[in-house]
Amino acid sequence: MRRRLVVTLAAFGALTMVCGLVAPIVGSTPISLSRVFNRTIPFADNVDAQVFFVARLPRVIAAALVGSGLAVAGVVFQALLRNPLASPDTLGVSAGATLGAMIAITFHVDVAVMGITAVPLASFLGSAGALGIVYLLAAARRRGTSSTVLLLAGVALSAFLGALLRLIQIVADFTDTLRNVRWMMGSLDVASYAPIVAALVPMTFAFAVAGSLPRVLDLISMGAEAAESRGVDVRRAERIALLSASLSTGAAVSLGGPIPFVGIVVPHIVRLLVGADHRVVLPASALFGASFVIICDLVARTLFGPVELPVGTVTAIIGGPFFLWLLFRRLA
Amino acid sequence: MTPGSHVLHAADVAFTYDRRGRLVVDGVTLGVGRGAIVGLLGPNGSGKTTLLRLLSGTVTPVSGRITINGVAIGTLSRREMARRIAVVPQETHSAFDFSVLEIVLMGRYPHLGAFELEGANDVAIAREALAATGTAALESRRFATLSGGEKQRVVIASALAQSSEILLLDEPTASLDLGFQFDIARLLTRLNRERAVTMVVSTHDLNLAATLCTELVLLKSGRVLAHGPTERVLNAESVRALYGVDADVVRHPRAGHLTVVPLARAD
Repeated sequence: MRRRLVVTLAAFGALTMVCGLVAPIVGSTPISLSRVFNRTIPFADNVDAQVFFVARLPRVIAAALVGSGLAVAGVVFQALLRNPLASPDTLGVSAGATLGAMIAITFHVDVAVMGITAVPLASFLGSAGALGIVYLLAAARRRGTSSTVLLLAGVALSAFLGALLRLIQIVADFTDTLRNVRWMMGSLDVASYAPIVAALVPMTFAFAVAGSLPRVLDLISMGAEAAESRGVDVRRAERIALLSASLSTGAAVSLGGPIPFVGIVVPHIVRLLVGADHRVVLPASALFGASFVIICDLVARTLFGPVELPVGTVTAIIGGPFFLWLLFRRLA
Repeated sequence: MTPGSHVLHAADVAFTYDRRGRLVVDGVTLGVGRGAIVGLLGPNGSGKTTLLRLLSGTVTPVSGRITINGVAIGTLSRREMARRIAVVPQETHSAFDFSVLEIVLMGRYPHLGAFELEGANDVAIAREALAATGTAALESRRFATLSGGEKQRVVIASALAQSSEILLLDEPTASLDLGFQFDIARLLTRLNRERAVTMVVSTHDLNLAATLCTELVLLKSGRVLAHGPTERVLNAESVRALYGVDADVVRHPRAGHLTVVPLARAD
């Protein structure tokens, strides 16, 4: 088990490292890595270094954070609700985070709590609000509600929150609208380190909390009562898990908008590769989620370069058919 | 019946799911002796499953007291409970593609620290549990691909890996065909003899109860109708009182235990 964990994480870690290093080099402006790290040229004159560190690296880091945040949230939801189709998107949690963030952006809310600025804060509150509803659903699931009902409730919640979003857009300033629309498609237009730091605080906390969960998730995925009879405090574990998942969804959405399908595609590919044990699946999904969004964003930046696609379009084009394939595979 | 002389003891236990609703378990007093296989019989809705939940500590009684070896279960943590009592549910579905060995290793959870991985000792215990349930050959199979009977035996192995002295089983043969029913009954009898595991088994299968159980508890509307050795409790009157069915309860000449043959609706 220990060997399997180490080998898997080393492999996924290496993949993430490679993606993280290669992605900032590739782009519509060609740069040379030797010039980037050439200390003899002052930074102000080193265009390659500026492109690397200012234009591209923050974006790659943001992609990595968003990817791992959404993937981890996906893993947690799927185990908790014992449904491989649960994810921040399908449960309406992403929509909640989006609504929160959109309110903060549109109405220029300017508060900060413990170093967390308004947008990540609002998007966390939004996801937590949506999650409150999911929690009630999870409680219903414990009493035997079918998982189809849960997913349908997620669809309804998303549609409802989507309507509120459009309502806000209509009252919003005309010039904000384009920016909002682009952001809502999921885009990683991050060109400074400030929002990354702001998102890093809640995300670090979320991951630290999630670190205590994997074995509990294994047991809960076999059924709440089975887990309890094996020694898991299910209610407590659920609360901790949902807090962690809503924090990481909120942080991810505040950074990149509601980038769809990451929370469902990534955990599935990881499970196909490494099996079901969450002690491997959870960290591997965090790493693979980072790689996945970095690659999708690379495609988004370069496919029709210099025109940039929102990364959400790329993940949706990959994720939509993948989701359908999953559904059909489950039916078969 | 004093709590001290029993491995598991319930004293005047009551429970309701709905605060104003009727009591699902209504003043049950029950002692389970070490090494016994106690069968819980009763019609649908008589409180069998709820009583098992109460005994496993999954739900807390609204009144009354349940003790394990004289210790009130309310004072034990979930982990401590799980080291004393293991539960085999009616059916087990895995949402994800766990292997058989992985499922059985989950039984080791209450014995491990929060961040501790299973060691060689835990794997040895899990393999031994697989061997004891005749599922050693399935070790690396995917749980989801097993037949109903295989799944049930693997889940029993997982419960054995918990190394608890008490095993609670909720209708362990409900969804199995005759062959698997027979296998499970034989397995449970063997585990009881060889490992001195005390068992409480709820079932609708009167013939299974007759073969397997050393004593029976008859439940109706959440109350204990009778409790005693199988030979004494299982008879035409009790079957009629429980299920409203006239039946012949006779000793089978070749099997050597009681058999129940339903004849007609009694009402």
